[in-house]
Amino acid sequence: MSVDLSQFIPTFLAESFEGLEIMESGLLNLEAGDSEMINAIFRAAHSIKGGAGTFGFGHVTEFTHLVETLLDEMRDGRREINPQEKEVLLASVDCIRLMIEAIQNENEYDDTSIVMVSVQLSELLANGNEPAQTDKGLSSSSEPLDLTPSNTTKWNILFIPEHHLVQTGNDPLLLFSALEDFGELTATAVLDNLPSITEMDVEELCMHWQLTLISDNATEDDIREVFEWVEDECELTISEEELEQPMQEESGSTETGEHENGSVDATPSSEQQLSNDDEQLTQTDSTADTNKADSQASNVTALSPSTDDNNSPKAPKTPAKSKAKTDQGSIRVGVDKVDSLINLVGELVITQSMLSELGNDFDLSKVEKLTAGLEQLLQNTKELQESVMRIRMLPISFAFNRFPRLIHDLSMKTGKDIELIINGENTELDKTVMEQIGDPLVHLVRNAVDHGIEPVEKRLAAGKSEKGTIWLDAYHQGGSIVIEIRDDGGGINRDAVFNKAVEKGLVEPNATLTDNQVFELIFEPGFSTAKQLSDISGRGVGMDVVKRNIQSLGGRIQVESTKGQGSTFKVHLPLTLAILDGQLVRVGEEVFVVPLITIVESLQAKPELINKVSGDMMLYRLREDNVPVIPIFQLFNLPAESQSVDNSLLVVVEADGQKVGLMVDDLLAQQQVVIKSLKDNYQDVAGISGATILGDGSVAMIVDVPGIIQMALEIAQQKQKQRNNVYQLEGALN
Amino acid sequence: MKWGNTMEQEYLTFLLNGEEFGVDILCVQEIRVLSKVTELPNKPDYLKGVINLRGVIIPIVDLRQRFGKEPMEYNDKTVTIILKSQDSRNPSIVGIIVDAVSDVYKFSVSDIRPSPSLGNQIDNCFLKGLATVESKLIILLDTNNLLNQNELFTVDNEVEEAELLVD
Repeated sequence: MSVDLSQFIPTFLAESFEGLEIMESGLLNLEAGDSEMINAIFRAAHSIKGGAGTFGFGHVTEFTHLVETLLDEMRDGRREINPQEKEVLLASVDCIRLMIEAIQNENEYDDTSIVMVSVQLSELLANGNEPAQTDKGLSSSSEPLDLTPSNTTKWNILFIPEHHLVQTGNDPLLLFSALEDFGELTATAVLDNLPSITEMDVEELCMHWQLTLISDNATEDDIREVFEWVEDECELTISEEELEQPMQEESGSTETGEHENGSVDATPSSEQQLSNDDEQLTQTDSTADTNKADSQASNVTALSPSTDDNNSPKAPKTPAKSKAKTDQGSIRVGVDKVDSLINLVGELVITQSMLSELGNDFDLSKVEKLTAGLEQLLQNTKELQESVMRIRMLPISFAFNRFPRLIHDLSMKTGKDIELIINGENTELDKTVMEQIGDPLVHLVRNAVDHGIEPVEKRLAAGKSEKGTIWLDAYHQGGSIVIEIRDDGGGINRDAVFNKAVEKGLVEPNATLTDNQVFELIFEPGFSTAKQLSDISGRGVGMDVVKRNIQSLGGRIQVESTKGQGSTFKVHLPLTLAILDGQLVRVGEEVFVVPLITIVESLQAKPELINKVSGDMMLYRLREDNVPVIPIFQLFNLPAESQSVDNSLLVVVEADGQKVGLMVDDLLAQQQVVIKSLKDNYQDVAGISGATILGDGSVAMIVDVPGIIQMALEIAQQKQKQRNNVYQLEGALN
Repeated sequence: MKWGNTMEQEYLTFLLNGEEFGVDILCVQEIRVLSKVTELPNKPDYLKGVINLRGVIIPIVDLRQRFGKEPMEYNDKTVTIILKSQDSRNPSIVGIIVDAVSDVYKFSVSDIRPSPSLGNQIDNCFLKGLATVESKLIILLDTNNLLNQNELFTVDNEVEEAELLVD
C-alpha cells in the first residue's frame, strides 16, 4: 500500500514554487479588507504545508504552519493587515522558497534567516489573539521531550476510513506517524468488516483503527488537524480521558476502548474483540493485503516519524532519496497548445492517407490532385512546426514576475518611492532565452533604481513627482523580442561617463564622441560611476556582464538617455535559440550556413582592392575599412574552386566589432535552419557552432563567426612566429 | 558488463582488409549503404564526415583508416554499420565504414580468449578478445570503447609519433 512518494516530489516542488509566486504577488497587492486575496494566499500556503507534510519535509510544514496561522487570523478578520506583517510574510515566503530550493537541489541552506523570521512570526502571533497557537507551532518538536505529567491526556480516537481512502492517495500510516509526534500512540487495527478473500479488492481499505494517543499537550483541534485531509473520507471520533499517571500507557496499548460520540467506556468486551481480531487475522493471514495492513498498524509506533522531527528548519538532509537533481527542465504547457498539436497531427494523418490513396493507382489525370495534396502537406508541416515551437515559448511574465517584489524591496532599502509599470507581459519568449535573460534584467532594473531614479529631494527640486516610475515593456519587433527598461530618473550623466572613461584610459581626453558612443562606454568592463558603492549595484561589475550575457544569447543591448528625463535600455533578443536565419554559402562541394545576423554585406571581390600585407594576410579595401580576408577552404582544409581571392565572392561578417571577409565559391539561398549539436555524437569543432539538415536531407555546418576569426588570428600569429624562426635561422647561417 | 559463463552473446562480424572483426550485435542499430557524407573542417583522415540519419547527425569513421590500414575506394556497395551505445547515460551513435558485413555468431564468454597485444596498429583498448569459428579467427571489438568519443576520436599519440619518425 505504500507508494513510492519520491516520484511525486518534482510535482510538489513545481507546485510549491507556483504557490509561492501566488503568495508573493498576492502579498504585494494586498490591501486591507481584500478577503479574496487573503484567501488565495492562504490556500497557497495551505497546499504547500499539506504537500510538505505528505512528503515528510517537516521543517517546511512547521514553518508554513506559522505563516498559515497568521494568515488565518487575517482571514477571519481577527487581525489587522499592516505593513509590518506584510513584510514579515514576504520574508517568510523567501524562507519557504529557500527551504524548497534546498530540497530541490538536495543541499544545505543557511537557516539563520529562517530562524529569525520564524521568531518574528511567532512574536506577531503571540501579540495576536491566540497566543496558545503560537507556542505550539514553534516548539512542537520539543514537546514530546518535556513530559509534564500534570495535564497528560489520553485521547481515544476511532478512525473509520471509507473504502476508497487509499485510492485518493492518502496513507493512514502517514497520519498515524504525524499523530505520534504529539505523544505515545498505540494503534489497533479492527478487521471486523473484512470481506472474504475472494471478494477482497487490493485497492480497498476495509479496516478501521482504534487509536490511543497519550499526550500532554495535544488539543482536540491538533488531532483534528492531522486528519484534515481525510476529513471527508472517514468517520472520526475523538474522545478525551484524563490520565493520572503517564505510566498507564502500557495498559492503553492492550486495552482498546469502544467509544462513540465522546463517551468513553473501556469495556471488558474489548478483550473479546481483540481476540476476535486475532482469529480473523489468522484466517486471512494468507492474503497479502491484510498482512500489510496488519503490519502497518503494528508498525506505527516503531516507525520513526519523518514529519516534524526537526522543528528548527535546520533539517540537515532532505529525505528525498530519489534521483539526483530534480531539475530536469520540464515545461508546463497549456492544454490549448497541446490540443492544437493533436489537431494538426490529425490533419497530417488525413493528408497522408489521401496522398497514399492517390499513389495506389496513379495516372497523369491525377496530377492536379497530387499537387493540391502536396500543397496541403506543406501547410500542415509548417503549422506543425510553428505549433511545436510554440510549446517552448512562455509568456515573459515568468521573467517579469520577480520584479514587483524586487522594486518593493529596493524602494524599502533606498527610501525611494518607486512605481513599476509592466506592459506586454504576455509576449512569448523561448524558455532557454527566458532562463538566461532573468539575471541581466534584474541587473538593469537594479541599476535603474539605484542610478536612474533620483532621491526624493532631488526629484522635487527638479519639478518631478515624488514617485519615481520604472517601466518594463516587452514587445515583438521584426523577428525579435524587445525588452525595454525605462526610468524617469536623472538620465546618464554624459560628462561623468566621459571623464571616467578618460580616467580609465578607455578613450583619449580630446576624443569627440557622439552621445550614443559615450553611453556605450558604460558597458566596458570595470566601468562604474556610482560615487558611493551600494549593495544594490555599483561595484563596477555588471554592465559588461549584462552585455556579454545578452550577446551570448544572440541579442544586443541599446541605451538611450536624456539628461534630466531618464534613460531607456533596450534589449533585443532572438525569438528562439533553436532556429537561426542563415545564408547558405558553398565552398567547394560543401555547403555552410553563415548566421544572417552576422553578415554585413556580400560582394564580388575586385582585384585592385586587394592588398597583401605581411606575407599571407590579405586585406580587402572596403570603402574606408581594411577588412582581413579569410579563405574558408584554407582554414578548414577543403578543396575549393576559387583558390585565389581575385574575383571571388566575399561575405563580410562582423563579430565582436571585428569585420572579416569570408571567401566563398557561391552564395545560395537564405533560409531558416534548425540548429543541431555536433557534440551529441562527435565533439565540438573549432570554427563550427553546430550543424543543420538542409531540405535535401544533407548536413550543412553552421559557421561560428567569432570562432573563425579567432582561428584565423591564431594561424596568422603562428605563421609570423615561423617566419621569425626562419629569419633567425637564416641569420645564424649567414 | 558481467556475463555468466554460460551466457551467450551474439556478434555481428564484418570484414576489414581480409580480417574478420566482431561487434556486440546489441549495439548495432542498423546497416546502411554509405550515403553522401558532409565534410568536417580540420578533421582527422579516418573521420569521413557526418551524415544525417533521420534527423540525428552521426559521425562516420573509416575503420580501416582508424586502425591504420590502407584505405579502400568506396563504391555503391560500401556499407556502414551504425553502432549505438547501450549506455543510456551516454547515448552515442557512430557509423563505421567496413569492407563487408559477414555473419552473426554466438559466443559464450568461455569461447573468448584474451587478445595478445597486436602491436600498435590497433589501439588495444578497442580489443575485447579473440574467438574462433571453424579455424577462422575473429577479433572481437569492445563496443563500449568504440563508442566512447574520447577513445575513438583520439589516436594514440605514440602511433603518430612513431609514424612521424618513420617519415
